Amino acid sequence: MTNSVAVAGVGLHPFGRFDRTVTQMGVSAVRAALEDAGNPSFQSVFCATVYSGVAAGHKVLGALGLTGTPIVNVEAGCASGGAALMLATNAVRSGQCDTALVLGIEKMPRGIIRSSFFEPWREQSGLAATPAYFALRAMRLMRDSGITKEDLAQIVVKNRAEGVNNEIAMYRTATTVEAVLESRLVCEPLHLHMLCSPNEGAAAIVVQRSDLARRDAPKIASAQLRSHLPGSILGEATPLSGVADENIPAASTIAAHAAFEEAGYGPDDLDLIECQDTDAAREILAYEELGLCARGDSAQLVRNGDTARGGRWPVNLSGGLLSKGEPLGASALAQIIELSNQIDGRAGIRQIENAQIGLAHTVGRGANAAVVIITK
Amino acid sequence: MTARMVHDGLFRLDSDGDIRLLGSRCEECSHLQFPVAETCSMCGSERSTTIDLERQGTLWLSTVVTNAPPGYLGEVPYGFGVVELPSGLRIITLITEKEVVEFGTPLRLVAHDLGINDDGEMVVTYAFSPGSS
Repeated sequence: MTNSVAVAGVGLHPFGRFDRTVTQMGVSAVRAALEDAGNPSFQSVFCATVYSGVAAGHKVLGALGLTGTPIVNVEAGCASGGAALMLATNAVRSGQCDTALVLGIEKMPRGIIRSSFFEPWREQSGLAATPAYFALRAMRLMRDSGITKEDLAQIVVKNRAEGVNNEIAMYRTATTVEAVLESRLVCEPLHLHMLCSPNEGAAAIVVQRSDLARRDAPKIASAQLRSHLPGSILGEATPLSGVADENIPAASTIAAHAAFEEAGYGPDDLDLIECQDTDAAREILAYEELGLCARGDSAQLVRNGDTARGGRWPVNLSGGLLSKGEPLGASALAQIIELSNQIDGRAGIRQIENAQIGLAHTVGRGANAAVVIITK
Repeated sequence: MTARMVHDGLFRLDSDGDIRLLGSRCEECSHLQFPVAETCSMCGSERSTTIDLERQGTLWLSTVVTNAPPGYLGEVPYGFGVVELPSGLRIITLITEKEVVEFGTPLRLVAHDLGINDDGEMVVTYAFSPGSS
């Protein structure tokens, strides 16, 4: 017998650049989430972060006088928030605890981020250029799926149009295909506005047994994390050395299959999606990896507007990372909060009709990917 | 000026400027890896042989980097991409062209001077360049 698990409360600190510490941002998100859930007691804390240093979650809970429970700090690259949510969901589902607190906090360094992932010789040789890896992935998508630079720009236009209406987003102005293509070329084919900005922010979610939460609280139908399969690193975000990976499923695909199987749904059942738009090509690749279309067929989804507001699968109604920016630990949780708010009818000006089943997807360095399905 | 390899064991540099990348071939599953590794990333075996990798390949993916990434010793812009060797191994590499190279273009391995380090030595790494050797 396993427990049904609910999103009992959510809280966000805006994403952007702030003159506040990562602890202060975490405190504000946690306070908001606990208040939203009716200030329940909790028995476990999972804190997602990549760049906040030792015992970052302990500092947030310490500042609130809420220590004493187990606090686990979780790092899984861009998927850190999804990983923390998976751990909390499993803890509540298995009966290990009734209520768990998940938080994600980040204050990203400025500029191209130095990552301990790369050895010194790769840095010296110029092989540690993260946007260049995104560019290679985009090049591959263009070759395999017939995606054009205009398609990439169209994703930015779509997401930034939604970001206008999201008060926590860093960029709140709409843009055009022309403006995106006129922004500085970073690494062919990616222009500056096609890349999300690493930034700062915090998010928190109270995960609770459904029978203890308010009756209409959204449910966590599945929260899955998967890493890449041997040999397939080249196909993910961090190609270093590898073999032909055309027949090796990506981490995102494996995580999505596991989530669909546990939830008992498939891509056709989804009403909305939040997916990893670290760069515009990454979002389009996710369409294929999540099974919205066959491999190589994503261009039609973009050109038909299938993933825009009013389309078959609205993707990134929150504005995506292209509008919000990406504070690694917090970004996946903000996706889940968008789904929960839409399903809960609390998305304000961004609200869509009949939102019942949503999927959140993050993928990043490792490689690893998280897929979470939220339902009414 | 003294030349220094960017990392020991990545490649062999002969006095006549001839360069060979070193890789591992797994004795259990034949998986190829670059750089040399103690364990096979496909099957986990610790039985491997260090081999010379092929010097010829074809362009699999390429882009051009316009901003110097952290720690980089060379100049921008520079070519960056993936070369596919005849054995099927795909390697991330610098590319000597400062523009996007077409898929399938024949590439050859070259020694590439990156820049001067803090000790006044010329740091040498590997790169691929259009053409045949």
